[in-house]
Amino acid sequence: MNFARNLFAAAGLATLLAAPSAQADDDTIKVGILHSLSGTMAISETTLKDAMLMLIAEQNAKGGLLGKKLEPVVVDPASNWPLFAEKARELISQDHVAAVFGCWTSVSRKSVLPVFKELDSILFYPVQYEGQESERNVFYTGAAPNQQAIPAVDYLMSKDGGSVKRWVLEGTDYVYPRTTNKILEAYLLSKGVSPDDIMINYTPFGFSDWQTEVSKIKAFGSAGKKTAVVSTVNGDANVPFYKELGNQGVKAEDIPVVAFSVGEEELAGLDPKPLVGHLAAWNYFESIDTPENKAFIDAWHKFTGNDKRVTNDPMEAAYIGFNMWVKAVEKAGTTDPDKVIAALPGTQAPNLTGGMSEMLPNHHITKPVYIGEIQDNGQFDVVWQTKGLIPGEPWSPYLPESKDLVSDWVKLNCGNYDKVKNTCLGATN
Amino acid sequence: MRFLLRAALVLLALVGGTAAGAADFGALVAALPAGSYSDRAKVVDDLAQSGDPRALAVLNALAADDLKVMPDGTVVIVDDKGAAKAAVDGTDKGTPAADQLDRVKVNNAVRRAVRTAIGVLTLRDPDPAKRLAAAREALRAADPDQIDAVDSALAAETDPAVKALLAEARAAAVLKSDAPAADQLAAIKLLAARGDDAAIAALAPLAGAQNPEIAQAVKSALASIAETQRLWGLAQNVWFGLSLGSVLLLAAVGLAITFGVMGVINMAHGELVMLGAYSTFAVQQVIRLHAPGLFDWSLVIAAPVAFVVAGAVGVAIERGIVRHLYGRPLETLLATWGVSLILQQAVRTIFGPDNREVGNPGWMSGAFTLGQLQITWNRLWILIFALAVFAVLLAVLKRTPIGLQMRAVTQNRAMAANMGIRTGRVDALTFGLGAGIAGLAGVALSQIDNVSPNLGQGYIVDSFMVVVFGGAGNIWGTLAGAFSLGVANKFLEPFAGAVLGKILILVGIILFIQKRPRGLFAVKGRSVEA
Repeated sequence: MNFARNLFAAAGLATLLAAPSAQADDDTIKVGILHSLSGTMAISETTLKDAMLMLIAEQNAKGGLLGKKLEPVVVDPASNWPLFAEKARELISQDHVAAVFGCWTSVSRKSVLPVFKELDSILFYPVQYEGQESERNVFYTGAAPNQQAIPAVDYLMSKDGGSVKRWVLEGTDYVYPRTTNKILEAYLLSKGVSPDDIMINYTPFGFSDWQTEVSKIKAFGSAGKKTAVVSTVNGDANVPFYKELGNQGVKAEDIPVVAFSVGEEELAGLDPKPLVGHLAAWNYFESIDTPENKAFIDAWHKFTGNDKRVTNDPMEAAYIGFNMWVKAVEKAGTTDPDKVIAALPGTQAPNLTGGMSEMLPNHHITKPVYIGEIQDNGQFDVVWQTKGLIPGEPWSPYLPESKDLVSDWVKLNCGNYDKVKNTCLGATN
Repeated sequence: MRFLLRAALVLLALVGGTAAGAADFGALVAALPAGSYSDRAKVVDDLAQSGDPRALAVLNALAADDLKVMPDGTVVIVDDKGAAKAAVDGTDKGTPAADQLDRVKVNNAVRRAVRTAIGVLTLRDPDPAKRLAAAREALRAADPDQIDAVDSALAAETDPAVKALLAEARAAAVLKSDAPAADQLAAIKLLAARGDDAAIAALAPLAGAQNPEIAQAVKSALASIAETQRLWGLAQNVWFGLSLGSVLLLAAVGLAITFGVMGVINMAHGELVMLGAYSTFAVQQVIRLHAPGLFDWSLVIAAPVAFVVAGAVGVAIERGIVRHLYGRPLETLLATWGVSLILQQAVRTIFGPDNREVGNPGWMSGAFTLGQLQITWNRLWILIFALAVFAVLLAVLKRTPIGLQMRAVTQNRAMAANMGIRTGRVDALTFGLGAGIAGLAGVALSQIDNVSPNLGQGYIVDSFMVVVFGGAGNIWGTLAGAFSLGVANKFLEPFAGAVLGKILILVGIILFIQKRPRGLFAVKGRSVEA
């Protein structure tokens, strides 16, 4: 089944690529999908490609957009960061797509930024990220740090979360964990945590021998103070990390691990029993019981022909982003990037957890934050949630270099406006 | 007459007592679903304090997520078959539909409270294993309110192991209480002798105690524990190093044959490992569907399957591609790299891009302690497996006719051909053997790593490193190389961190290769490359 589907997708992809763009049919609006279908990141990004194809098919079934059908253009940047820029250029200049949905890692996003600026197109980025960025051409529908990392730490510090006093910040060695941990460290210090009670550790990509790291965590956690681990360990390295935690008997009741990159998809490769109680912070869980979510999951199972496929947070972010783009295009009456960029702030679209997310002038969206505990069926049980929707803040108020910055593309037309100096810092990279 | 009266009074008191207890217990159970998680944790504590014999069943159900609330508000325990019984008095409530029931939700704080409470309730359990677990829990909880319960358990205890642990648990609780200084000093002494993480956890908060005598005692106790732990830490590092070494050995020993003995740079080696892991997954799927009882044997069954699958692919690679490229290392490198991409994408297409779950059989899960060493079963078995594979491989190369032919062909192809050895067939078999061993490595790695199409990529560089470091052409060199790199890595990691540790190892190897280009155990004489 899987094989047949993929073969079908591959065939579709081949025909799409083969179709000369000069003959582009004016009756369709093209939408670029820029996710790795091979290489390291394929594990996460392939799902998003499938989700986008489903959303586009659904929109077409509803009659398309502006009276035209939507046509997906799928490219494979193969987990190769420079290739992301090349493929983005190809999508915009050769295929003339109206908008691009794509990227996962921060480094791939940074790699395509100059292309989107130069060719003035639109990128929807559906993954939680480290913040410290706000670009005119990019719309960030995943969580900013204040919509994931900070609430998770707040929960663990609360009485319900176990009044944690001692912190291990464990991450993979690249830009997202390093920036997030910098923000978290500053935040914890501002909350009166002593520097002795914070341990920061980095491991390489795809790290698989966690014995020493886990025994270090155990030793650090036995100082008589309640300890928790904040994990920004990325994708593939999580499975051996959790297996080692289980084998060395690190129980969630004693040292809970809260992860920002582990969702339903990552747990699919694990036996969840030893992990019960470890946490994840997201803006969406598959287990959240709302009619919208149920409809989405059913459609997903039907589209993939596999009722075991799980849904996850970046899929929801893609869903919100796509619907916002559709609404903005309808509002602008055109797919012209400048007009759509102007129409997007203020656009509202329902999220899957029963709320209405709104695109803010800083190109981030409002989202609820959920903390879930892993259950023995591989799903998350929500143990805490924010009261309402939290607006995304790209610039962290806890870091000295960004505490005075605001982003507002509507009134100030600037992504990094310095409130103190009253100037727009403009392009920084 | 007086006797009768007295008996009646006692009876009355008893009945009254239980009635009050029942009301109390009932109220507590009814209060469980309400309020926040911390309220629930409080109720759990009260349940444990109530000492009611029915509390244990309720708490066990709560921990197992079997405690539900009926639409009318009755708290029930639901068993595996969906039959509900009232938690307070056990009345049968039929089998309500799952969506009719609300869960009594638990989080870590509640789960921790439940664990402590179950510990308190099982301190006097007839089963010594349960008492041991309860004593361990009491030590972890170190709750002054539990001192009385621990004392009475201590008085009744006969098992020496449980008794010792209970005494330590009591000491930890005393340290948290406002007991007189003399008692606290005795407790500090007792815990210092224990000398592990649990002792530190109990002692550390007292390092800043008001009483200078206590603060001093705690400081010297902590120092002595730190010294013990340092020594155990060294042993732990050696163990971690050996177990990392065994993984490296498994991944590299197949390469030691294809690269070391045959001289073929096989970039698809990691993908052969990956095929082994996927074979394990496929075998487990079949077992899960058709013979769940065999699950604990799944790895034993998967090993030959993985060997054959990876070996067959290896033979196909050799016959189809590599044999046309002997003596052209650059082309071989590029061609096998291409093969690795094809294999990855093929697996991605067939099995999908996401991780596959390979289960750990019971005997591969968990850990045991040896002194303060914590040894995980899966690592121990992998170490044994790696050494066994190595021994078998050695025996095949040295003791069997095919091994003799392999050595003959690789040492002097022309002469071997003249002696009537079909060199082409031997090449294919040698390559197949190396590939098959890579498949076996995949079976072991499926237990500790992701089973995803990228599995192999993480090991290919390490494998080449081990073979080059150990000395190409000598499989003893691979053994020595794997274990020395593993141990060196694990001694560097605590100081330098995982990232820098790996860099230091790489730099070290580069320097070493400058000095000894042929690795640790260089093959001497005229045999190589004639």
